Amino acid sequence: MSEKIIDVRNVSKWYGAFRVLTDVNLTVEKGERIVICGPSGSGKSTLIRCFNRLEAHQEGDIVVNGIPLHDKMRNVGEVRKNVGMVFQHFNLFPHMTVLMNCMVGPMWIKGVSQAEARKTALQFLERVRIPEQADKYPVQLSGGQQQRVAIARSLCMQPAVMLFDEPTSALDPEMVSEVLDTMTGLARDGMTMVCVTHEMAFARAVADRVIFMNAGQIVEQGKPEEFFKNPQHERTKLFLSQILKH
Amino acid sequence: MLYPDTVESEVLVHKPWFVAVMFAAIFALFLTFDLSGTSMGELMRPVIGEPLESGIYGRFAIAFVIAVLFCLNVVLIGFASLRVQITIVWLELLLLFLAFFKTFNLSLPFMAEKLPFLVTQGLFTTIYVSAISIVIASAIAILGAVAKLSTNGFAYAIASFYTSFFRGLPLLMQVYLIYLGLPQLGFIIDAVPAGILALSLCYGAYMTEIFRSGIQSIDRGQWEASRSIGFGFGITMRKIILPQALPVIIPPTGNQFISMLKDSSLVSVIGVWELMFLARTLGQKSFQHMEMLISAAMLYWGVSICLELIQSRIERHYARSKVR
Ligand SMILES: Nc1ncnc2c1ncn2[C@@H]1O[C@H](COP(=O)(O)OP(=O)(O)OP(=O)(O)O)[C@@H](O)[C@H]1O
Ligand SMILES: [Mg+2]
Repeated sequence: MSEKIIDVRNVSKWYGAFRVLTDVNLTVEKGERIVICGPSGSGKSTLIRCFNRLEAHQEGDIVVNGIPLHDKMRNVGEVRKNVGMVFQHFNLFPHMTVLMNCMVGPMWIKGVSQAEARKTALQFLERVRIPEQADKYPVQLSGGQQQRVAIARSLCMQPAVMLFDEPTSALDPEMVSEVLDTMTGLARDGMTMVCVTHEMAFARAVADRVIFMNAGQIVEQGKPEEFFKNPQHERTKLFLSQILKH
Repeated sequence: MLYPDTVESEVLVHKPWFVAVMFAAIFALFLTFDLSGTSMGELMRPVIGEPLESGIYGRFAIAFVIAVLFCLNVVLIGFASLRVQITIVWLELLLLFLAFFKTFNLSLPFMAEKLPFLVTQGLFTTIYVSAISIVIASAIAILGAVAKLSTNGFAYAIASFYTSFFRGLPLLMQVYLIYLGLPQLGFIIDAVPAGILALSLCYGAYMTEIFRSGIQSIDRGQWEASRSIGFGFGITMRKIILPQALPVIIPPTGNQFISMLKDSSLVSVIGVWELMFLARTLGQKSFQHMEMLISAAMLYWGVSICLELIQSRIERHYARSKVR
């Protein structure tokens, strides 16, 4: 019997009078890898930011790891510590070394000892293949390295699911692959992942399901082979033709 | 840093036109003063004969010598390394200052006699009052900044009323209001606590604005990253936002500290025996005002220099994470 990590039911969200999300339904099961794509402004970021309540939704229900999200909840920290998030612009803490960036979560949230936090941090830095950068400050690293640190920082919390919001779109082309390799490695190890990305080769290789969004709605979803081979909707066809043209 | 270009340009003070202009300016300036009656005239006696009778020739010679010495000095300093340049210029300016004070014919024994009391009573009170006020003002500033940035209407209203009021009245008036006004409400308050209260409230208001702008300068992504790890408001503020805001906050706060040190002299109006008060009263009896005022000035300056040094150390500490 499969376990639902994220369960989204009839969710709508407005910014003022502007409806960003319209009646979105989505479930993410344990171990599932989901890629969300769609044109700019279609609400992809907004949707995944609702999953750890960086954004509030106004209608419908979102349940993450068994905890329903709503404005009056007291345990939003409980949800967030189980949901890792990687941002387009890395958002590392610039005043801490790479190692400290990875240690503070476990130390200050889970009350793990410093020695143990250090061990975990080094282990995950090893896993994203930059243990030798541990004592540098974030500005001293390349974009690709910073993004891998950001991934390690999230992994140190040992989350149930990882959210990625266009993790490679701020990177130079030659750094994209090092981050995608890291993410592919994570997927192989069975991490539950939701990625907003336009890297279609990555989607083809690791996704269990590709979701296409347009104007705040999920227009189409399916296994990558079917999704790319014969998309059903005109909008999807147009989007794919544009993105695969180059 | 102004991040100098990597292309070496010629040193300004070694450019012939610059030296020429500088020479002409100094020469012209000293031609307009008659220095033949001063010690400079005495020094020139071998060249110009009796200084007071040297007339236009004496003036000319003195101005010429000063201009040559000045330009030579500047050109030579131009060859030294940066640190040496800074040290020499500091020392020279200091010497000029001392020469200026020497013209007052100050009584050094009188200064030496009063200095211990000036330090143990006056300087001590000044530092004591300012240090306590700075700590309280900083605490107020953090609370005020958070309140001003919050979405809580009460907090915002109270904080903005507070900053508006205390930035809007002269500090001197606040000192009087607190010292003379609070007893009207039944709180009898001593002069020192009244002074500390006035300084804390006034500087807390200015520093609230400094802290607010510092906190606001931090990218929204830092809040989001911190929240997404699961940190609550307290940790996010204390460990993520404030440490990054500090490099922005420290230089203007250092200014406030130095300014507070000197504004603490305003509490002398309610009879606190701080440095300024003593400087005025001690000199009064024997009409040796200048001695005491200059002693006090040096003490203020000395403490300010200490604060400047502390500030630059802290700034260097926070510059670590910015080095590439
Ligand atoms: N704070 C906000 N206030 C008002 N409108 C917003 C806000 N944030 C986003 N929007 C709007 O909501 C829509 C969806 O934004 P979102 O960032 O989710 O798009 P996206 O699909 O992630 O696009 P991109 O691919 O460019 O990142 C956009 O039209 C955007 O203009
Ligand atoms: Mg986006």
